[in-house]
Amino acid sequence: MAASLNGLKAADVVAQAQRLFDDLSFTAAREWKAAAPGRKVVGYMPIYVPREIIHAGGMLPLGIVGGGDQLEVIHGDAYYQSYICRIPRSTIELGVSGRLDFVDGMLFPSICDVIRNLSGMWKMMFPSVYVRYFDVPQNYRDDIGGNYYVNELSELVRDLGELRGKPITHDELRQSIAVYNENRRLVRQLYAFRAERPWQAPAAEVYLVLRAGLVLPVEQHSAMIRDYLAAAEREERPRRDNCRIVLTGVFCEQPPLNLIKSLELAGCYVVDDDLLLVTRWLTADVPIEGDPLQNLALAFLHQSESTAAKYEPDLKEKGQHLVRAVKRTGAEGVIFACPSFCDPALLERPMLQHVLKDAGIPYIAFKYAENSGQMQPIREQAGTFSDSIKLWSAP
Amino acid sequence: MSTVFVTPKTKTKEVNKDASMLKQKEMMAAHYDRLTNVPQSGAKVAATFVPGNLNELIMCFDLVNNLPEVNAIQNGLRRLSGGYVLEAEKLGHSEDVCTYVKSDIGMMAKGNLAPNGKKFPDPDVLLLSYTGCFTFMKWFELLREQYKCETIMLHTPYMGDGKITPNMTEYMVKQLKEEVIPKLERISGVKFDIDRLREYLKKSVKAEDDLVWVLQSAKNKPSPIDAYFGGIYYIGPIFGAFRGTDDAIEYYKFLRDEVEDRLAHGQGPVTPDGDMGKERYRLVVEGPPNYTNFRQFWKMFYDEGAVVVASSYTKVGGVYDLGFRHDPDKPLETLAEYCLGVYTNRSLPMRIEMLSNYVKDYDADGLLINSIKSCNSFSAGQLLIMREVEKRTGKPAAFVESDLVDPRYFSAANIKNRLESYFQMIEQKRAGARSAA
Repeated sequence: MAASLNGLKAADVVAQAQRLFDDLSFTAAREWKAAAPGRKVVGYMPIYVPREIIHAGGMLPLGIVGGGDQLEVIHGDAYYQSYICRIPRSTIELGVSGRLDFVDGMLFPSICDVIRNLSGMWKMMFPSVYVRYFDVPQNYRDDIGGNYYVNELSELVRDLGELRGKPITHDELRQSIAVYNENRRLVRQLYAFRAERPWQAPAAEVYLVLRAGLVLPVEQHSAMIRDYLAAAEREERPRRDNCRIVLTGVFCEQPPLNLIKSLELAGCYVVDDDLLLVTRWLTADVPIEGDPLQNLALAFLHQSESTAAKYEPDLKEKGQHLVRAVKRTGAEGVIFACPSFCDPALLERPMLQHVLKDAGIPYIAFKYAENSGQMQPIREQAGTFSDSIKLWSAP
Repeated sequence: MSTVFVTPKTKTKEVNKDASMLKQKEMMAAHYDRLTNVPQSGAKVAATFVPGNLNELIMCFDLVNNLPEVNAIQNGLRRLSGGYVLEAEKLGHSEDVCTYVKSDIGMMAKGNLAPNGKKFPDPDVLLLSYTGCFTFMKWFELLREQYKCETIMLHTPYMGDGKITPNMTEYMVKQLKEEVIPKLERISGVKFDIDRLREYLKKSVKAEDDLVWVLQSAKNKPSPIDAYFGGIYYIGPIFGAFRGTDDAIEYYKFLRDEVEDRLAHGQGPVTPDGDMGKERYRLVVEGPPNYTNFRQFWKMFYDEGAVVVASSYTKVGGVYDLGFRHDPDKPLETLAEYCLGVYTNRSLPMRIEMLSNYVKDYDADGLLINSIKSCNSFSAGQLLIMREVEKRTGKPAAFVESDLVDPRYFSAANIKNRLESYFQMIEQKRAGARSAA
């Protein structure tokens, strides 16, 4: 367990994370930028970018995951038809309303066609911003997909070096890899702690602490996780008679915070999820020695999370990450929560459900949007699921 | 003007087709016979996609090409897709996702019958040419689950920065050399012969030249073709199972002769109701058509004298009119460049430039977008495309919405209203220009 000597309460840490979460003007990131001349901020969207490279350039990686349920979308709807998910329209809203006017670059990772096309829209709408569609390989051979990815990473390193006015060195990259290794270790500890004692680390709190990592410098975020873990360890909280579930499908457009809270109130402890995967995409430490880009590439190819945006070459392996997550965390069921009109989550869902069915793992499914307001149907569905698990799944 | 509302039970009247359309139909029918005859012929089947379709390579292994998108289109045109989509939704597929996929999965659940009434053979390999559409990847993962057959991924990087880099081409060539070709050799039992590939590619070029001539004939006034509704017939062979064959060369030569003849006689396009009357509006169209009500949709155009002179949809299987030709001297590189360059793999700024140029080069009255509910690859960003093309060309643009093969999302009255308003807008714009002059 990571130690914190400052004695903060979990509620204090969560309150700080909540303030960051509520701040749609990204004040913390603005203040970071203003604190020293020449600082740059590079935004990125879900699902994964190598934040180490941005950090190595002395820049702040800023996670942009839409506007949530507190942002009134006025301009964004003029850019999208009703049958397209909400995250691009609220992201456009953030841009058009000037909330991202301090952002010097934006990375749009390869996750789906909507985010892909948004990269082109951003180029058109914000021509002074560095914009890159960040492609990743779907071939996992070192000499094919690996080489391609190393070259893509090299281009990104070159571009960001130009953005800051000085090339990014391999030593800087190695130092940043080390800093992010530590952050990922802490995130893994946080997830392991919650899986073990979910009543001590409610899902909404874990989410807020994780989400803070999208706007804070990584060093500060690591300290925050340490503080939270220490407090969560220390403070006794009541244990509910909840079942344990894995939440999946929430890897891009974010569910409202109330949705996460509702699941636990309805009787489901969230013991694993695919929220904010960027914080733990790489599942093991990236080696510090040797070529840093090669190391990042190999980690991506062989030690990264499974999700709908990645091709799974082996049919037998399809969906097994979910079965393993259930076993690893002692979960009793899976909740599929997918954003409306989300191609990756919704096309993937039937395949994952078949795998769970074969493995005898119960599941339910529903859709949401980041601004869904009515939680009663979700509470009822989750509550019934929890009851059914407790009543019928006992050995 | 009256529109005939065609329902599945409505008996449709005889359709006028020109000779090339009939020839194309025969070719497609022959291909479906070849596919469904596989149990007798012993041939093996490769399923793949239209964008990034490597037909020349597939033929090198004596594999028969099956294109699930084309099957979904056929089911849309034959009014079967609605039932198939519902069937897939009953099986747990979301109402929000691509209706090509659901039509395909529903068709499999309902007996997997080809347009000739015979059963489709199971594929021996799924060649997942992942080009310009995220859904392709999930589609073939879903089919792999069903067929339990080998799946080969060929990943085409996206042209996010508007250019093909050496890294992209090398990555694709390496995938072809070290993954795709060895696996196709093993599955088919046929050794790869690069000279055979070169021969097919040479044939592709001839057909591509004639196709481009036909598409560009729409620059004439009146245009002898409709480059969207008619264009869909024209692209069928080259986007499907015929690129690289003598049949394709012959078809495009035949088509070119036919269009040359129409041009020489000052004729407009042939429509299902016969020759089109006076050309009143020249449009560029972005986005796929609706297939469940294809004729009804087309009729809304030709009844008003509107002809589509250029379209982006007819470039999803290759942008030959922008100069690309398969190059037999660089057989693998050319396949890579082909995949990289297809329309849906182009960045949004590239698409805007292409459409703006079409409006100017074809002297069109404006841009019409048919936005497809279940196709994010096309649809996400189209409202910005519309505004930007309008700004760059000074020509009015309009937006209608429908779906590929889900009849629930074809609202004839809405589309017709919008089209009529659009044509009025064009008239006003013309009147304004006249009075200014």
